[in-house]
Amino acid sequence: MITSENLQQKDVTFRPGDTVRVHYRVIEGNRERTQIFEGLCIARKGSGIGETFVVRKNSFGVAVERIFPLHSPKIANLEVASRGAVRRAKLYYIRDKIGRKARVKKAK
Amino acid sequence: MATAIFGRKKHMTQAFQDDGTLVSVTVIEVEPNFITAVRTADENGYDAVQVGFGTVPSRKVNKSHAGAFEKHETPPRKHLRELRGVTGEVGESLAADVFEVGDKVHVTATSKGKGFQGTIKRHGFARGPVSHGSHNVRAPGSVGASADPARVFKGQKMPGQMGNKNATVKNLRVAHVDPEKNELWVRGGVPGGKNAVVRIRKAGE
Repeated sequence: MITSENLQQKDVTFRPGDTVRVHYRVIEGNRERTQIFEGLCIARKGSGIGETFVVRKNSFGVAVERIFPLHSPKIANLEVASRGAVRRAKLYYIRDKIGRKARVKKAK
Repeated sequence: MATAIFGRKKHMTQAFQDDGTLVSVTVIEVEPNFITAVRTADENGYDAVQVGFGTVPSRKVNKSHAGAFEKHETPPRKHLRELRGVTGEVGESLAADVFEVGDKVHVTATSKGKGFQGTIKRHGFARGPVSHGSHNVRAPGSVGASADPARVFKGQKMPGQMGNKNATVKNLRVAHVDPEKNELWVRGGVPGGKNAVVRIRKAGE
């Protein structure tokens, strides 16, 4: 079932390099809760309703990347925690960096 | 009574379902199909309605069609086609809301023309070896036996025209109906290119 709400595109302004908090609806059995995935957005891909973005974070020493469909109704809320100043659209080079080098400059 | 309508394939896109899954859909523009004539089993040997749809400038309509549209006091339509098994009265219109979300439909249209194609693309034949002096890389291979039967059987798969013929995709689900925009969304792909005239028929009728 597709409701007209699902056809709405979200009005979002964040770019690769920004740190985002994704409030993602998770269904466990018959209970629904919201999970927060916070990390660095390293890419936005595609256009229109099918656009996706990649969030990378460090979870207990292990790097985790998650791809979210930007306009998914499962994303309850999307906050920008901080803005970054980067010079490219895809920050895949971050994957090869460790520690202090795996950061982006804060935007002024 | 059968349920069917003509439309135009607009484009494909994606849509989120309520559970968050993303499905691919084809957007079909379904302008109201204006019934211009009714065929009955008694008179014509079969039951059908003739419908007109699509806009066209009046200078492009031939005189017999223009006269028919004038009689019904309606603007001329680009296409006049018949829908078998559909009942209705002259002057009525069929619109996108003859279908409901979840209906299974068959979609018929002229497929995209691929031109004259070989057996590999057209029938999925295997290709021959490309090295060790082989020359039958994309050749069709043997087309039959020898002195008996001394001919090639009818229907032997050979190179030829591919596409640009009637094709039906069956059992597609209606994903969304928008009577305001005259749009019908079905799950999956349908034959033909953009702006192709497609016939949508309810499955199992």
